[in-house]
Amino acid sequence: MAGEIQNPIIRVRDITVQFGSTRVLDGLNLDVKRGEILGFVGPSGAGKSVLTRTIIGLVPKVAGSIEVFGVDLDSSSTSQRRNVERRWGVLFQQGALFSSLTVRQNIQFPMREYLRVSQRLMDEITMAKLTMVGLKPEVAERFPSELSGGMIKRVALARALSLDPDLVFLDEPTSGLDPIGAGDFDELVRTLQRTLGLTVFMVTHDLDSLYTACDRIAVLGNGKIIAAGSIADMQASQHPWLRQYFHGKRARAVMG
Amino acid sequence: MSSDPKLERIAKGNALALCATGTWTASFAPVLERMVADAEKLAGGQQSIFIDVSEVAKLDTFGAWLIERLRRSLTKGSVEAQIAGLSANYSSLVDEVRRVRATAVVDGGTVTIAGMLEQIGRTVAGIGGTVAGLVDMLGAVLAAWFRVLIHPRSFRLTSTVHHMEQVCWRAVPIIVLITFLIGCIIAQQGIFHFRRFGADIFVVDMLGVLVLREIGVLLVAIMVAGRSGSAYTAELGSMKMREEIDALRTMGFDPIEVLVLPRMMALVLALPILAFLGAMAALYGGGLVAWLYGGVEPEAFLLRLRDAISIDHFIVGIVKAPVMAAVIGIVACVEGLAVQGSAESLGQHTTASVVKGIFFVIVMDGVFAIFFASIGM
Repeated sequence: MAGEIQNPIIRVRDITVQFGSTRVLDGLNLDVKRGEILGFVGPSGAGKSVLTRTIIGLVPKVAGSIEVFGVDLDSSSTSQRRNVERRWGVLFQQGALFSSLTVRQNIQFPMREYLRVSQRLMDEITMAKLTMVGLKPEVAERFPSELSGGMIKRVALARALSLDPDLVFLDEPTSGLDPIGAGDFDELVRTLQRTLGLTVFMVTHDLDSLYTACDRIAVLGNGKIIAAGSIADMQASQHPWLRQYFHGKRARAVMG
Repeated sequence: MSSDPKLERIAKGNALALCATGTWTASFAPVLERMVADAEKLAGGQQSIFIDVSEVAKLDTFGAWLIERLRRSLTKGSVEAQIAGLSANYSSLVDEVRRVRATAVVDGGTVTIAGMLEQIGRTVAGIGGTVAGLVDMLGAVLAAWFRVLIHPRSFRLTSTVHHMEQVCWRAVPIIVLITFLIGCIIAQQGIFHFRRFGADIFVVDMLGVLVLREIGVLLVAIMVAGRSGSAYTAELGSMKMREEIDALRTMGFDPIEVLVLPRMMALVLALPILAFLGAMAALYGGGLVAWLYGGVEPEAFLLRLRDAISIDHFIVGIVKAPVMAAVIGIVACVEGLAVQGSAESLGQHTTASVVKGIFFVIVMDGVFAIFFASIGM
């Protein structure tokens, strides 16, 4: 336990990912510390989602190693891997809710698979999760096709949180939300991180999210991490893309 | 590291005090629920009620909720149960859970005989709607067709050719193979049974008439309904799910003209071609078996075939093909456009497309049989 606190919760070393002859990630290194909210930015098409998908095992890598919770995902046994998967939650860009299940069934799906819990407790926990992500209990019996974009994100977050994970991956959680909704979502992520002691790995394009929600920021470019550090470090950086990103018109608007 | 959770009663005179210890997390949920249910019975008549959670080693949403559930059920009348000794780490989690309103969950409907009868009634009543939907689509396609006739430049040739490739060209190997095998089987069975009457040679008559009039086109139509009808439904259905069809509409395009008409055209052109190829393959297979198994020389087979069949048989068969293609196409497109938001709905409509397509093909075949009999063909 003590060792786990000091060690990073995600430890990515020399990761290389290739699609055909295009190299998307090229010897990338990244650490995510326990309990932090890491904002992950970079130009469109730089491979932010690819890195997320590589860490959770959806995209095969050519070289490198990934450790999550101190478990090397390449050399782990099936049961070790199951254990790791049970401790993380993933919010996909489009929500990826199961379209033929209601909101309630979506949130209960991981519980049903991994826990032995009575139906009554599952229903009550579902209501608790819905309240946590700021949705009304009435939503529970609706199908994903009957929800708005923002609600889908919230339900997807509730599902990602349904097993009380230690780590959540959020892939562009605020994209497609109105600024107020996006602000609420950032606030929500912050609150949940405090109450549940989460570690959050957040891919985002949203400058507001970076300023209000994130403890640390990592920037991806040319298949590597160009810079990592606090928002102040980012603003002080001389890297051309970073200068443009953090001192552009929109950034000035956010900083006021 | 993780210790079994416990909930003990600490006697305190007129007060009820419960002390929770150990790990209160999801993995212990069954034990926790039982303990909480037992503890709930202890309430009654006390002046004050406390739940001491200072010894809890680990708490998650499940544990926090169960403590909250206990607190709520111990709170009776004017005596409110208090949670004491909450560590700073977990206080926000407990506060969060306290905001949850307990709402009765709607139970999934139970199966009753009345409900089943109602379902049957609705399905039967829905048949009228299905037929109306098909006629509606037929009308829309014909209207689009006339618009294209007036403005030939709006015809989507590229799309039609693309669908021709999918529906016709790529279907040739499997259609030829299956009709060839069916021809072989018909010939083998015919020879086997006719031989007892010394009527081997009549197998050629049977094969010719059966293949050209019925089997060729019917079998091919059923295969096309399964192969291309399902594909049409799935394509249109997933486009509907992702609002692509709405997008077309808002850009001022008619989905019928852009999506349905090219597919219908491709199918109507493809089915006669496939039916012809299928009939030839079946005759070839039958001839081969008649020669190798029945000892009917190829020359004799061809001579007999020329006597047995006339161009009428061929026409009767091939005339049916475009009509069946239209039926398959319309059913597939109606089902595709009826898909709702879920993956389940897509599956249901694809199934319905194939089942209805095959059903209507067979019904049409029956109608044609009556028609041709009455005009003496």
